[in-house]
Amino acid sequence: MSSIPAPLEGSPKRRAWRNRLFQVAMLSCMFVAFGTLAVLLADTLITGWPELSSRLLTGLPSTEPGEAGARPAILATLYLGLLVLLFSVPIGVLTAIYLEEYADRTRWWNRAIEVNIQNLAAVPAIVYGILGLAFIVRGIGVGRVVLAGGLILTLVVLPTVVVASREAIRAVPDSIRQGAFALGATKWQVVWRQVLPASIPGIATGSILALSRAVGETAPLIMVGAITYVAFNPSLLGPYTALPVQIYNWTKQPDPGFQTLAAAAAIVLLVIVLSMNAVAIFLRNRYRKQW
Amino acid sequence: MTQMEAPRIDSGRIAEVSRGLDRSEVERREKVFSVFDLSVSYSGTTALEGVALDVHRNTVTAFIGPSGCGKSTFIRCFNRMNDLIPGAKVEGTVLYHSEDLYSRDVDAVEIRRRIGMVFQKPNPFPKSIYDNIAFGPRVLGMKGSLDERVEWALRQAALWDEVKDRLKDGALGLSGGQQQRLCIARALAVEPDVILMDEPASALDPISTTRIEDLMHELKREYTIIIVTHNMQQAARVADMTAFFSVNMEGDGSGRRGILVEYDATTKIFTTPSDKRTEDYVTGRFG
Repeated sequence: MSSIPAPLEGSPKRRAWRNRLFQVAMLSCMFVAFGTLAVLLADTLITGWPELSSRLLTGLPSTEPGEAGARPAILATLYLGLLVLLFSVPIGVLTAIYLEEYADRTRWWNRAIEVNIQNLAAVPAIVYGILGLAFIVRGIGVGRVVLAGGLILTLVVLPTVVVASREAIRAVPDSIRQGAFALGATKWQVVWRQVLPASIPGIATGSILALSRAVGETAPLIMVGAITYVAFNPSLLGPYTALPVQIYNWTKQPDPGFQTLAAAAAIVLLVIVLSMNAVAIFLRNRYRKQW
Repeated sequence: MTQMEAPRIDSGRIAEVSRGLDRSEVERREKVFSVFDLSVSYSGTTALEGVALDVHRNTVTAFIGPSGCGKSTFIRCFNRMNDLIPGAKVEGTVLYHSEDLYSRDVDAVEIRRRIGMVFQKPNPFPKSIYDNIAFGPRVLGMKGSLDERVEWALRQAALWDEVKDRLKDGALGLSGGQQQRLCIARALAVEPDVILMDEPASALDPISTTRIEDLMHELKREYTIIIVTHNMQQAARVADMTAFFSVNMEGDGSGRRGILVEYDATTKIFTTPSDKRTEDYVTGRFG
C-alpha cells in the first residue's frame, strides 16, 4: 500500500487559477458599482460647479437663472427633516418597545402587526403621497402645507425607524434584563432605565438613516403639493417647496442656466444627506457596545 | 454511647468536607423557606416534580446534581423569576417566612428585592461601577446616602479596595471575578434577606472561585444563601445543607422529570448518604 497521500481534486494550478478568477470577478463588480457612482458624482459636480455660490444658498428663486437661489427650498427641506425626526422617532421607538418587550408573540394580532410593519417599509413612497393627499391634505384639511409634507414623510420612514429600533432593542442581551428584574425593578423600569439607554446608539443610527432618506423623497411631496414657485421663506402652515422638488422643476426649464443650477442644488442636497449619514456612522462607531 | 457509623465512602476523595454546621444546629434556626410538593412545568412539559425541603436562616444550602435535573429551575422559584418565562407554571407551595410566596397578594417586585440573585455568567450593566450598584436603590426609591450605600455594598463584597478610585469607570472593564463580586455587591445594595446564587463561580478561574467561596462564608453570618453548583467539592467546602437532585426518566422515554433525591447535612451527603443514587453521584460513578 502506498504511503503517499491520495491526490487532491483538480491540480493545484487549476485551483489557484479559479481562485484568481473569482477575485477578478469580485473586483470588477465593485468597480462597476463604485465607478458608476463616481461618474455620476463627478458629472454632477462638474456641471454644477459654476453655480455653487452663496447666492444659491441664500437667494430666492427667480425667472432669471443668473439671479435664482434655493433658500426657501433648502429651509423647507430642513424643516421637513425636523418634523420627520420629531414625529417618527417617538412613535417608532415606542412601537418598537411594545413589539419587543410587551407584545405576546403567541397572539395572532401581534404577529399580524409584525408582518405588516415589514410590508409597509416596502411600499413605494408615491403611494404614501396619494394617501397623504386624500387623508391629510384634504381629509383633515390642513392643506398643502409644510406640516402635511412632514406628516407624510413620517409615514414613509416610520417602518424603517421601527425596524431599526427593534434591532437595537433586540441586541440588548437578555442577561441585562434578568439582572435588573432580579433586583426588584418593574417592567417599565427595566425598559426605561436599562434596555432603552443601551439601545440608543442603534436607534439613533437607524433614525438618522431614515431621515436622510426622507429628505431625498420627491414623489410624495409632489403629490401633496410642494408647489413649483415659492419665493418666500416657508412656515409650518404655509405653502412650500422642497429641495428635491426644486431640482426637478429647474431641470424642466428650457434655459440651460437652470440645468447648471439644478446640478448645483443637487450637490447641496448631496452634502446635506451625506453629512447626516456621516453623523450616523460616527455615532455608531463611537458607541458600539462590547457586551 | 452508640458508635458512629463508619463512613462508607473514602471521605478523603472530597477534601475539606464539612466546614458546615451539623443538622441539629441548622434546624434550630428559623425557617426562611418551606417548600411543599413543588412542581414546575414549561409549556406543559414537567421539568421538576414533587420537591419538598426547608431552608434555614443564616445557612448555606447547596443544590447539586447532574445537568438538566432542574436545579436552576428550582432556585428560580424562590424569587419568582420563573414568572418571566412565558409558559412556565409553578404548582405547589413555597412559604417565605410562613407567607405563601405565590399568593395573589404578593408583589413579585418586592419579593425580588428581599430575595436577591447572582447569575452564572456575570451580568454587570453597561454603566459605571457606581451606577451598577446604585441601580437597585434608585429604582426601589431607597432613602439615605447613595454614596455610603455603594461603598458599604462594595466593602461587603470585598471589592471596595480594588475599585474605590474608579467608581465612575465602566463596569465592563473589570475582570470576570471582579464583575461577579460586583454583581454580588449589586444584590447586597438593596438589603436582601436571602441571596440566591446560580453557579456563581462556574465561569471563573480557581482564584476568583476561592474568593467567592470565602465571601459566602462571610455573608452567611447576615444572609441566608442558596447556591446551585456543579462542583461537588465546592458544595462540600461552603454548604451546611446539601440537596441532591436527579432525573426520573419516564418509562416510555417521554420525559425527564427532575426530582429531589436526598437533602441532608453536607457531611452526611458526602460520607454516608442514605440513597444509593446519591452515593453513586458523589463517588463519581455517574454524573
